[in-house]
Amino acid sequence: MALSKPADAARRGAGVVSDITRRERDVAGGVFRAVLLGALVLSLLVLVVLIVDVVTGGWSVLSSSLGDLLTGTLGSKPETSGLSQAIRGSFYIAVFVIIVAVPLGVAAAIYLEEYASHGRLAQFVNINIRNLAGVPSVVYGILGLTIFVKTLGSITGPDSNGRSVISAGLTLSVLVLPIIIITSAEAIRAVPNGIREAGYGVGATRWEVVRSHVLPYAAPGILTGTVLSVARALGEAAPLILVGATTGFLTTGESYLPSSLQERFTALPIVISTWSGRPGDDWRSSTSAAIVVMLVIVLVANAGAILLRNRYEKKR
Amino acid sequence: MDVDPNVETIGGTRVTTSQQDTVGASPSSSTAVFSVRDLNVYYGPFLAVRNVDVDIHEREITAFIGPSGCGKTTVLRCFNRMNDLIETARVEGDLQYRGIDLYSASVNATEVRRRIGMVFQKPNPFPKSIYDNLAFGPRLNGVKKKNELDDVVESSLKRAALWDEVKDRLKASAMGLSGGQQQRLCIARCIAVEPDVILMDEPCSALDPIATARIEDLMQEIKRDFTIVIVTHNMQQAARVSDRTAFFTTEVNPESDRRTGRLVEYDMTPKIFSNPSDERTEAYVTGRFG
Repeated sequence: MALSKPADAARRGAGVVSDITRRERDVAGGVFRAVLLGALVLSLLVLVVLIVDVVTGGWSVLSSSLGDLLTGTLGSKPETSGLSQAIRGSFYIAVFVIIVAVPLGVAAAIYLEEYASHGRLAQFVNINIRNLAGVPSVVYGILGLTIFVKTLGSITGPDSNGRSVISAGLTLSVLVLPIIIITSAEAIRAVPNGIREAGYGVGATRWEVVRSHVLPYAAPGILTGTVLSVARALGEAAPLILVGATTGFLTTGESYLPSSLQERFTALPIVISTWSGRPGDDWRSSTSAAIVVMLVIVLVANAGAILLRNRYEKKR
Repeated sequence: MDVDPNVETIGGTRVTTSQQDTVGASPSSSTAVFSVRDLNVYYGPFLAVRNVDVDIHEREITAFIGPSGCGKTTVLRCFNRMNDLIETARVEGDLQYRGIDLYSASVNATEVRRRIGMVFQKPNPFPKSIYDNLAFGPRLNGVKKKNELDDVVESSLKRAALWDEVKDRLKASAMGLSGGQQQRLCIARCIAVEPDVILMDEPCSALDPIATARIEDLMQEIKRDFTIVIVTHNMQQAARVSDRTAFFTTEVNPESDRRTGRLVEYDMTPKIFSNPSDERTEAYVTGRFG
């Protein structure tokens, strides 16, 4: 307000009220806000449409024969086919990822953040881990095929040419490893430095500081990242096709279930992609129902992670 | 040179009493806990502080004052090898702690920090219970029995003048305390490992005047048992609490435009504030500079 003094004084009297009560039209701000809201609504809308679509598509199966769907085995007819082998296969794969990739990834992240010097080499390693996280999953499938199926086939699956749960679990572990490292490293980096200094200040060793202060503080973040990676592994189909997941029938053993980890296997995303290619409304309904089952499993896992994280965070 | 009236009133009686404790004795009679000669600290290629010569005396409060970037915190962090945590930091020169070269290869930095505790600028309690904050250090030192830990926790909190405020909620999170209480908790945590020296890095800069006064009283209390070195931005605080004061300043290197800190003057606190030998000190303590 570059006004001369008398005018200024006048403003101070009468003008102030109209000044500060004036409704300013912030057009740009309003548009920006609307765009942001629109983006949010659009994203949610996609999710809602997706869920409504699969639930209505699979409703006939979900409402009438959910039990058969969950307990049945793979077959050639939609009404007798079930997901038990696929659920079991996906479960084993998730367990593999949790046992193999999580400890490895978290340990690597701790080393990178707390032990390694933050020089050029560390930067180089960090960039490459980020690159690895961006590599398409098919490429990991080829890696799994060459190493775990072909080269190590005698160990991973002597009777199944290496096309086993072990191969699939290891392949998906390698796939999510960079993601686990990145999210864990971020969680560790978010630990306030004051906490580390306080620990060192009373004479704690690096290991004691990491164990007693850094890891407990970073645990919720590490946990969230880990569960998200396991969920990612559960949803991957492409690498499993390369590693040799069974798409048609599983005839191993009496129970048609992968009783041994070295035997052939299938997984939920594989079954879904196979079923979706089969003709007829019945297969379409079964496919939708299978998608709902997989979504529920993933959502339950994520919800569990959020609950656990909240519990940890409250303890802070 | 005339006594600056401002400093004298702020310094108050406490300065004169502490003066009586130490000035009467000849400087050599009180033991030097730290003896620093020609200390240079680098961060990467840059010299952060140079040519520091300081003796820290037992059961005294030594204050480091000076403008920002003068290297006082850097020097303080050499005393318990906290600079080891900064990868690029490099320390040159002679830093003796009770006759031992602190930076010799055989010295274990972790053991050093158990003897030379530190209180930081920002209160940094662990996000755990008050009790666990206090018990962490003693547990590291092998105290395992619950009643022994209880005793350490209680006595440390009492010595840090915090016991009455928290005795009913030892299991509550330390994050729920006020800033001043958190800082006293950090002092208590430091005391709990029975250190020889307590280093304080601007311990009151995040606190209000009342909390500051409590910390200053506390320092006078625990001075009987510990040697204290305090870095402060607050000249009045140095005048109030310390026995000796070291004044640091910065020099700008005309070639690289980087600032390097250096020690200008180190003497008894009353002398620094009333009759400094260096005119840069005088300019700083009278408020004409910095």
